[in-house]
Amino acid sequence: MAGTNSPGLKEITVFGRGGQGAVIAAEALADAYFREGYHVQSFPSFGVERRGAPVTAFLRIDNEFIFLRSMIYNADIGLVLSPDIVKGPLFRQSLKDNAAIVINSPARLPELDGRSAWYVDATGIAVSHGLGSKAQPLVNTAMLGAFAKAAGNLKLENLLRAVEESVPHKVENNLRAVNEAYESTVSLG
Amino acid sequence: MKRVISGNEAASLAVKLSRVQVISAYPITPQTTIAEKLSELCGSGELDAKFVKVESEHSAMATLIGASSTGVRTFTATSAQGLALMHELLFWASGARLPIVLVDVNRAMAAPWTIWCDQTDSLAQRDTGFLQFYCWSNQEILDSVICAFKIAEKLLLPCMVCYDGFYISHTHEAVEIPEQSDVDKFLPPRDAEYRLDTKDPRTFSGGTLPANFMEIRYKLQKAFEKAPDVINTTYGEFDKLFGRSYSAVEPYYTDDAEAVLLASGSAASTAFHAIRKMRQSGIKAGLLRLRQFRPFPEKELLSYLKPNIKYGVLDRDLSPGTGGVIAQEIRAILNRNNVRIDINEFIAGLGGRDITVDNVTEILLKVRDDKGDKLQINWVGLKN
Repeated sequence: MAGTNSPGLKEITVFGRGGQGAVIAAEALADAYFREGYHVQSFPSFGVERRGAPVTAFLRIDNEFIFLRSMIYNADIGLVLSPDIVKGPLFRQSLKDNAAIVINSPARLPELDGRSAWYVDATGIAVSHGLGSKAQPLVNTAMLGAFAKAAGNLKLENLLRAVEESVPHKVENNLRAVNEAYESTVSLG
Repeated sequence: MKRVISGNEAASLAVKLSRVQVISAYPITPQTTIAEKLSELCGSGELDAKFVKVESEHSAMATLIGASSTGVRTFTATSAQGLALMHELLFWASGARLPIVLVDVNRAMAAPWTIWCDQTDSLAQRDTGFLQFYCWSNQEILDSVICAFKIAEKLLLPCMVCYDGFYISHTHEAVEIPEQSDVDKFLPPRDAEYRLDTKDPRTFSGGTLPANFMEIRYKLQKAFEKAPDVINTTYGEFDKLFGRSYSAVEPYYTDDAEAVLLASGSAASTAFHAIRKMRQSGIKAGLLRLRQFRPFPEKELLSYLKPNIKYGVLDRDLSPGTGGVIAQEIRAILNRNNVRIDINEFIAGLGGRDITVDNVTEILLKVRDDKGDKLQINWVGLKN
């Protein structure tokens, strides 16, 4: 699929498991980039969602209207809500070789073979803000905060407004999770 | 106001803005979120309409036939097997000249069981007497549903607005949502000349003898022949108020093209992206987007189809034993008008199989380099 992208087009894939809010994360990011002035297009992996099963959601941003409507096969950025997904073939096959990776993990993941990535303990942040349960934390909004830090082209205030519109419950807690994740995300080479 | 919404939400908002009075629908993926949103809007009072819950799509259409006969504006949405279950009543809706608007979120027909996109479901309803439009963006869905009511009510014909399941229905993108007051200017309340009214009792669509049936069918055909003018006038009025223009067929990069792809829906959108890329590398490719299937835009297509250009038709559908439905219709108008143009037929994207930039590029190069073996059906991306 090399060479399918127009110069301004960026493709982002969100990797999660059913129940973590991957689809809402992609929709909130679309709204945030729209507020930033971009053309946006977000869509879920088309299928039947089941709690716990791998879920991917996609986002395209560009400076012009996006006509490309195929799936995303070579994302520029991977946002990883569920760190165990990096072990599977889906993860490696879905990203560009030099893709930026933002990952929910308190420590460096050996599975990335020394590849640099942005790390954030989104599970810890979600639990501390009462988002979801300990067994099933809703990490999506914390991961969006981490994404904004890593991406560098998205103002935190635009992300916060988008999250405010997207989350159905506990709006304040979610906004605090975004902020805390934004502050605590680090790039490890 | 511009908002980032899904294709299904665009359809629902258009129904609200069109001040629909009776809605009846039965849930089926990928349409379900339209029925959900509309029932919410009816429940909250934001939309002053009666939402009639039913036990099947057949009953949904039957409900609208009754409601529409009383002169009110009506809407339903469905997909695939749901549309097929309505089949009998679709003929009734057009025969009774009821301007019902139906959104079909395109989904492949089972078996085997599938929830994913192709257009066989709506194309298979081609003989039912519904106008048919195919959208390629969420903005176009919103605009087309609003226009559909106006067109349907002017012609007294039911209308189907179609778009690809998941590829468009579940995709979020920015949509300009018009003001209610502007939509009201464009689309006044329905004014039905004939209606069921207990104070002025009449019989509608009763038993008709052979002496009269053919004339009623003739009038139905005449209404479809009048449709292009009514549709274009409506688009003109819409453009004036909202600044967005539509037509039955849209040409892109066709003037100097060596190979042109004819496609509709999300496949046309991806093809447009692919063709721009091909142009950048010097390949003279073009696109004809088919927005309207009924009435089949014969005049418009003939004005764009040129003997010195090679054509491929992409069908995201299959009529087993024949091939692609759209290719078949194109051949019919070419033959009827004694135009000698060979077309290459491509079957792609059935049951949600992704149609990629590589697929489109491969198709157009095959069309360009074709040496004349036109009879075979080309299956795109078929596994061995």
